[in-house]
Amino acid sequence: MSTAATFPHRVCPATGRVIAAAAEPLIKVNAVVAIVSLLVGAIAALLLVLTRWQAVHLLPAVWYYRILGVHGMNMLIFFIIYFEMAVLWFTSTVLLNARPANPKLGWFSFGLMLSGTLMVEWVQWTGRADVLFTSYPPLKAHPGLYLGVILFAVGALTVTGLFFATLVIAKREKTYEGSVPLVVYGAVTAAIIAVITLLHGAMIYIPTFLWSIGLIKSIDPEIYRMLWWALGHSSQQINVAAMVAVWYMLSGLTIGGVVLNEKVSRSAFVLYVLFISMASAHHLLVDPGFGPAWKIVNTSYFMYMAVLASMIHGFTVPAGMELGMRLRGYTDGLFGWLRRAPWGDPGFSSLVFSVVVFGFVGGITGVTIGTEQINIIAHNTLRIPGHFHATVVSGTAMAFMGATYYLLPLIFRRKVAFWGLARMQPYLFSIGMLLLSMGMTFAGSFGVPRRHWDISFAQAPFDVQFNPAVDIVLAVMGIGGILAVTGALAFIAIAVKSVFFGEAITTWPLGKDIAGIPQGLTTPPVHAANVDELNDALHAESRGIAGATPGTLVLVGIFLLAFVVYYFTNWKLLSFLWKVG
Amino acid sequence: MLTKVHSGLDPVPGVWWKPAHKAEKVWVAIAFAWCMVLFAMMPLWHWKGGQNPSGIRRRVDPVKYYQRSVEFAKQYKIGEDRGIPIVAPPPGAEVYLTGMTFQWFPILQLQAGSTYRLHMSSLDVNHGFSLYPMNVNFQVVPGYDYALQVTPTAAGDFRIICNEFCGIGHHTMVGRVIVVDAAGKTVADNSHAVIRDREAK
Ligand SMILES: [Cu+2]
Repeated sequence: MSTAATFPHRVCPATGRVIAAAAEPLIKVNAVVAIVSLLVGAIAALLLVLTRWQAVHLLPAVWYYRILGVHGMNMLIFFIIYFEMAVLWFTSTVLLNARPANPKLGWFSFGLMLSGTLMVEWVQWTGRADVLFTSYPPLKAHPGLYLGVILFAVGALTVTGLFFATLVIAKREKTYEGSVPLVVYGAVTAAIIAVITLLHGAMIYIPTFLWSIGLIKSIDPEIYRMLWWALGHSSQQINVAAMVAVWYMLSGLTIGGVVLNEKVSRSAFVLYVLFISMASAHHLLVDPGFGPAWKIVNTSYFMYMAVLASMIHGFTVPAGMELGMRLRGYTDGLFGWLRRAPWGDPGFSSLVFSVVVFGFVGGITGVTIGTEQINIIAHNTLRIPGHFHATVVSGTAMAFMGATYYLLPLIFRRKVAFWGLARMQPYLFSIGMLLLSMGMTFAGSFGVPRRHWDISFAQAPFDVQFNPAVDIVLAVMGIGGILAVTGALAFIAIAVKSVFFGEAITTWPLGKDIAGIPQGLTTPPVHAANVDELNDALHAESRGIAGATPGTLVLVGIFLLAFVVYYFTNWKLLSFLWKVG
Repeated sequence: MLTKVHSGLDPVPGVWWKPAHKAEKVWVAIAFAWCMVLFAMMPLWHWKGGQNPSGIRRRVDPVKYYQRSVEFAKQYKIGEDRGIPIVAPPPGAEVYLTGMTFQWFPILQLQAGSTYRLHMSSLDVNHGFSLYPMNVNFQVVPGYDYALQVTPTAAGDFRIICNEFCGIGHHTMVGRVIVVDAAGKTVADNSHAVIRDREAK
């Protein structure tokens, strides 16, 4: 490594990076709490899916709505944000060979987040906050719900500040040369969006907390919806940015993926920062509070510039993987690079499924239902959770799981336990999630509402007969849910066993497959000796537009076609409705 | 070994602002063009299409709105079903629908092909208007009056499902909309309503 670190640290045997002694435990605790939240959320998920699957209909109404709130909080807030905190500590210290800024304040922030988490769990489990995840007023919860979220957000905001401070330290102490790596750049994007998001959270949760203890008379329900979604949706954009950063990281670690063009990839991250927050307006497309001009302006090109950013990453990530493989000598045919990739490496398979399900299912459905008019046939139906289970869960959570398989040996210095299971886990989880999100999406297309305990409407004054196909798609959703939860529990078992009872490792011989260590670490991807020559040949003008990555060009072509077909099919379906205006 | 290529994990030495490859530029251009198509469709549909969530929006006192809704129901009531009035406003009328935990008030009888201005609001918390089996969905928010021009296309017996969580009885919140054909005939089985109407007389 280029620098001799002057702070307590160790050097990673596989990557040669400096790991600061003060940073390591902060990465660890955040990752561990993230996984505990995932466990709570996954158990909740199983109970929910077995209730929504009308043929099983497990929980009573009160517990269904209660557990739905628990599931949302644990998955969307606690699991994801704790993991993002681990990502921020990891990228700012390990990837830059730096020491963390003010670790004491880091621990204090973690304490704030943890006390907020425990407060929220307490009010939710004891039935004091049966207002679901979104807690739209005038539905009112125990003040502990709002206070817990505020404490958690203040803690997370402080960690974000420490992340920026760590970047300044790294720059000042010259722990790296040139510009920060693309992965760190992505993490910076996530951190900036996190600041915007958490400030919106403060703007809405503080008055709502004061309302819950009686200091403010009322909260305007429509203004609440607007500000809440500036938190609720933008927080998912932190995930997107963090997820894309993890994509670039896993691509580099698993198959030696390269960055095609720094300018293009970094510009796409800038588009996220500039435009993605406005996109939260698409939650209000069929709301009474806002006019069509407001709705179109705030979604329209603002949202589509963020879509553009995702479409750019959707090209550059697989293209970087393809080029990386080709530069290592896997040059046969259009897809030889893909066929000969390490499919048994859970880090790699997680990466691929994350990209594919996020893009094809999550991305396409999300952009489509985020259209002002198409939202009429999607709003608050099961299509909405269908969409975000494809993005947040199949995309973000899958990427984070893949990253964990590398963090276990790198940071925790443990072998990955249950190695055979670990190799299968991404397949199990992603097939389950795919079935679940597709089942939800189709059920929603038939008009099945989300957040609804009993779609047999047994106690309703009027009967509702859904299309019989609904029973089938709900069964698909149920089976998918069970598979996905099994996959999630397998992941948790692997992570917990590895961290607490795993086989300790400090170093390992290179070039030899070892059970419990991902392939990218035992046989790190190495470019062919004549890499520059290969690179020049692949970029030769004579290769025309197909250029260095012909396989990826075919893949994104298929993606675009699917997008166009799905989008216009929805306009067609919309046109069959009553005239509304 | 210093090469021209690097992964996203490596710091980038020197200037990284380099021209992109042709394939990358083409994809960015295609993606941008597609995003502009996505953008254009929304204003276009306002102009050429028939389904837009525009409507009239104004703040309203929930209690006053409900009173207006009750008056409206009294004015055009033609029958009753499960204790809820069936209301048949004339084509072109202002129609008032109220969501409250856990029912929709009143039952509407509309005529296919006629246009109404449908006002929607809530007496208490957020509700979701979800017309079944049409799959038309709107958010119903207390304190806000959302008035949309609606034109039912064909006769039928429709349901309004609440698709926003509004409390523990949320899943029982089902309302009804009857659409009669141009001749005033109902196609669906409305026998309950007819019998109760006769009994009432
Ligand atoms: Cu309701």
